Amino acid sequence: MTATQTNDVPLPTYKPKDFASDQEVRWCPGCGDYAVLKGVQKAAAKLGRRKEDFVFISGIGCAARFPYYMNTYGMHTIHGRAPAVATGVKLANPDLTVCVVSGDGDLLSIGGNHTMHAIRRNMDITILLLNNRIYGLTKGQYSPTSEPGKKTKSTPLGSLDFPINPLGLALGAGCKFIARTLDVDLKLFDEVYTRGLKFEGCAFIEVYQDCNIFNHGTYFYASQKDTKPENTVMLRHGEPMIFGKNMDKGLRRKCERIEVVELGGGVTEDELLVHDETNPLLAHMLAEMTYPEFPEPMGVIYANPDVPSYDELFAEQIDQAERINEGKTLEDLLLGEKTWRVEG
Amino acid sequence: MTTTHETHQPEPTEIDSVVIRFCGDSGDGMQLAGGQFAATSAILGNDIATFPDFPAEIRAPRGTTFGVSGFQLQFSSTDINTPGDMVNALIAMNPAGLKVNIDDVVAGGIVIANADEFTEVNLRKCGYPEGYNPLEDAKLASQYQIVGVPMSRLTREALEGADMTVKEIDRCRNMFALGIAYWLFDRDLGPTIDHINEYYGRIKNRPEVAEANVKALKAGYYFGENAELFPARYHVSPAKLEPGVYRQISGNQAVVKALATVANKSGVNLLYASYPITPASDILHDLSGLKHLGVRTFQAEDEIAAICAAVGASFAGQIGVTGTSGPGLALKTEALGMAIIYELPLIVIDVQRAGPSTGMPTKTEQADLFQALWGRPGESPCLVLAARSPADCFDTTLEAARLSIKHMCPAVVLSDGYIANGAEPWKIPDLSEIEPIEVSFAKPGDNGEVFMGYKRDPETLARPWALPGTPGLEHRIGSLEKQDLTGNVSYDPMNHEKMVKIRAEKVQRAAADIGPTPIRGSESGETLLLGWGSTYGAIATATDRLRGMGKDVSSAHIRHIAPLPPDLGDILARFDRVIIPEINMGQLLTLIRARYLVDAKGINHIRGRAFKVDDLVRSVLDIIESKE
Repeated sequence: MTATQTNDVPLPTYKPKDFASDQEVRWCPGCGDYAVLKGVQKAAAKLGRRKEDFVFISGIGCAARFPYYMNTYGMHTIHGRAPAVATGVKLANPDLTVCVVSGDGDLLSIGGNHTMHAIRRNMDITILLLNNRIYGLTKGQYSPTSEPGKKTKSTPLGSLDFPINPLGLALGAGCKFIARTLDVDLKLFDEVYTRGLKFEGCAFIEVYQDCNIFNHGTYFYASQKDTKPENTVMLRHGEPMIFGKNMDKGLRRKCERIEVVELGGGVTEDELLVHDETNPLLAHMLAEMTYPEFPEPMGVIYANPDVPSYDELFAEQIDQAERINEGKTLEDLLLGEKTWRVEG
Repeated sequence: MTTTHETHQPEPTEIDSVVIRFCGDSGDGMQLAGGQFAATSAILGNDIATFPDFPAEIRAPRGTTFGVSGFQLQFSSTDINTPGDMVNALIAMNPAGLKVNIDDVVAGGIVIANADEFTEVNLRKCGYPEGYNPLEDAKLASQYQIVGVPMSRLTREALEGADMTVKEIDRCRNMFALGIAYWLFDRDLGPTIDHINEYYGRIKNRPEVAEANVKALKAGYYFGENAELFPARYHVSPAKLEPGVYRQISGNQAVVKALATVANKSGVNLLYASYPITPASDILHDLSGLKHLGVRTFQAEDEIAAICAAVGASFAGQIGVTGTSGPGLALKTEALGMAIIYELPLIVIDVQRAGPSTGMPTKTEQADLFQALWGRPGESPCLVLAARSPADCFDTTLEAARLSIKHMCPAVVLSDGYIANGAEPWKIPDLSEIEPIEVSFAKPGDNGEVFMGYKRDPETLARPWALPGTPGLEHRIGSLEKQDLTGNVSYDPMNHEKMVKIRAEKVQRAAADIGPTPIRGSESGETLLLGWGSTYGAIATATDRLRGMGKDVSSAHIRHIAPLPPDLGDILARFDRVIIPEINMGQLLTLIRARYLVDAKGINHIRGRAFKVDDLVRSVLDIIESKE
């Protein structure tokens, strides 16, 4: 049986505030989480799904308080385990819209394993990685996405760790929908998050997010009015990769690599790479482009909707098993193959 | 079977019970041969108890003592509870098997060995000194009836011309050995022939292998009949079991049947999420084939993901179940605490094995009791139940699910390697006599009314089970402390204390469903043996034996450990002395002493195997006599 009630009542017209719970939001003033919360409420309200069909699931950390602020079903779980819990929810009731929201420490450090496996299975869930490159709730230790040499409370002489590339990890795990956005770019967030929610399979969305207490400005190179055009490139399927304040730079293929070129002076748009979000090889190259050598890609990096989700295959296999075993009952199971009777 | 052979056949001597053990290399098919002997004996109406004992290595180096795999079986015309202490008949397929097992054979017992394998090389490989062959040892021959049979050669001769490789032909030796055992103990070949034809013939589609195995089995039987190597054969008559339809069942199989019954009786699908671990993996294997019965299975990436997926399933309206062994339970610790604060139904099957750490994965132990009761951060009580025998795994698992759903509280079911793999006859229950498991999901809420996720049933203290997808019940559950009634996050000191006490009280309320504890022996008296879990068979048998010796000894065996049975305190008070035998260092002992202030004594064997009844009887006598 599925839990979803059949409901003849037409879908209500929601406003974003219908998705806000009665709980006071307790993030630090100025935290990037506020913008994400607003963006999620807005996208959910216009998704065309009932409020009761959403489940937001988080692990531990600042970002993990997220479900408490959504007026939907929600689970604040334990550190790193949100993708595993979400898997169980989705297996039990595939009709639900399940979204994991958590931070870089939660999803990539303590919970890296579950993130990888939920992606690999292509569970029909959306994973929103709020990446602020720091541990906030434990008051400022470096995270698996912190830059090398980062000085924090636990690394007074600088971190020795090389950071993980979240998009690369997701691609390596076989993710079928990968996007990146910024906490402060509400329009882009709405666009990629809505696509992620609608994607039938595991959608992985990295959000560059500012922690204004412990890691303020970590993404200023990509988020400010003057830096964003120079250091990020907005990807649009079918369009050439152009960036820069004056849209005067582009990305061109050079042998098996990508190079940044200045447009004009002999270089034309025709020579530039055209984004194809269905091309996995291109996705791998884009995921490897990092500041300052390259502009960092924003938007949908990869989307391949042609692979069935785990939930879909799971349901198919149940149907198959029911066909194969038609007429076999619990009584048959208890009896087994060999029985004998003891007479009174 | 019918036979046209006209040979001298000794008339079978009637005896009450026999313990037989098959042993050989782990690739010798000993589990199969032993399992067939058990199935045949059960069908003939004997009471049986089995004990498969194998190494953790899948194929240990051939001929080594650590690679020996064994299958022990007691079959009897009377009610038995253990696979037996000492072996009446040992079938040894190689010198290593004989070396490891000979000391367990009773004086005068039968030892049948595959003489072809007792070569100089093999004898040295298992550590016998140069020039020594136990089959030629006069001292051993005076202690046991040792019969060397060239099984390898006879099997090859019997299968000459078969369209199989020599290796494949050699694999049929176990059936030759089984044939000899069948002749010796007057067993019918029919059930095994049926099994061979079904398995190799139909399922594996290897009719030539089926034919060869049947031939080898018959050849072994005829060899017994014709060779006149055995002075006598034996017969064990059917036991007087309660009337009904029976099958043979292992503990793991019983858990599987119980979980399918839970799905059926609750009308709610069940998700079993698990990560393979010895000795619990068979539960996952068997459940994975039951999708047509409302059972879903999910092989997770690790133990933690397994329990987390089960918890997620429970939140979304299925019955979440996970299964594991001790090391896995340790990994599930934090998530089990989460399920406790979520107050959702969850069943955790722990098939205990010998620890600590990886320990001895294929050997049994009862040392996870503390872990199940208290192995979590904070005050995090849950239901803990323990099964006492293979068949009892059915009732215990069913009961755990019933209580977990009724009280919205996780339940741990403790089984162990001994009963998980061991088998006994099981009187198949009449499904119509099993009560339905009542599940009531919260009804859609009124518009505008705030849903109280932690408002409780006044009797059971269960909170509502409100499923995603239900309009008006949108709520958040979390691992942070809950405010009473609303379930919102709360750091209020008095609220925390109240919630801690409610969660503890909720477990205690389950005691109302526990019936009176049965006592074996007298209702009061000198000595009470108190047990839990798989020690039941040994304790019950020891109790009967001690009473037969005129000792005032009784025993009680508890299924519920959290909460404890309500009558347990009174029972303990009615005896002068309480002894608690356990396959651990005294875990229930510690609990009972703390809880009831009883000066109980422990008998504690931690040897990776069940109590031997003789050892237990001797240990009880030691305690009684030291006092007297």
